[in-house]
Amino acid sequence: MKIHIPTPLRAYTGGQETITLAAQNVGGALVALTTEFPALRQHLLTPEGKTRSFVNLYLNDDDVRYLPEKDDSPVSDSDELTIIPSIAGGCCL
Amino acid sequence: MLHIEYVHYEALRAHGEETYPHECCGVLLGRSLAGVNHVREIVRAGNTRTDSAHNRYNIAPQELIKIQRQARTAGLDIVGFYHSHPDHPAQWSTTDFAEAHWIGCSYVITSTDHGRAITTNSFLLAGTTEEDKRFEDESIEIEIAQPQASEIQPGVTEITIHGDPA
Ligand SMILES: [Zn+2]
Repeated sequence: MKIHIPTPLRAYTGGQETITLAAQNVGGALVALTTEFPALRQHLLTPEGKTRSFVNLYLNDDDVRYLPEKDDSPVSDSDELTIIPSIAGGCCL
Repeated sequence: MLHIEYVHYEALRAHGEETYPHECCGVLLGRSLAGVNHVREIVRAGNTRTDSAHNRYNIAPQELIKIQRQARTAGLDIVGFYHSHPDHPAQWSTTDFAEAHWIGCSYVITSTDHGRAITTNSFLLAGTTEEDKRFEDESIEIEIAQPQASEIQPGVTEITIHGDPA
């Protein structure tokens, strides 16, 4: 499958935007990704190993959090996983 | 430093005027080269914070994914974001900082007073992790493309505006 890396995290993938790897499910893809690029780990996961709250994971067009099987959702070579940190803010406190 | 063409600079300011008294938001596409974020395109985004649009903004991840796909197709990257502060200074807030996660990207803020775009500042989200991230004032270099007579040296006029210290 393909994993798309957002601009700030490409510093940890040797500048690559798209990583192609083989995995059975979403969780497996993340393990494979952070095994290949260990420096990514602390940016994606909390010290307890959970995905950081502001990191959105989309399998094709679906938020992984809302998939029935979440991290266990099966993936195939044609699937795309996008890592996208949130964009938000606002003025005055 | 943020390098942006005048038309794009004016377009992001105009966006803030249009959405006043609500905050506007959008994405800056371009390339980051030698510490300079060069903007090639700006993409308007919807503000999903309809509950509190006068002082909050949020871009839906689905929309971001579409924008990132568009960038990839064009050979560009997301290099920054912009939003407006209706009737408040063009300075980052505690919320802006807490919710900023794109290290290396430029966060552009325009103050819109009574519906007029006043000051536009850019802040670079510097650092390496969530724990040591910080906003740094960033100068904005505005490129004005000029129609040229053939004997005049072709090129651009560059204006450098330094972040408003207010
Ligand atoms: Zn703000």
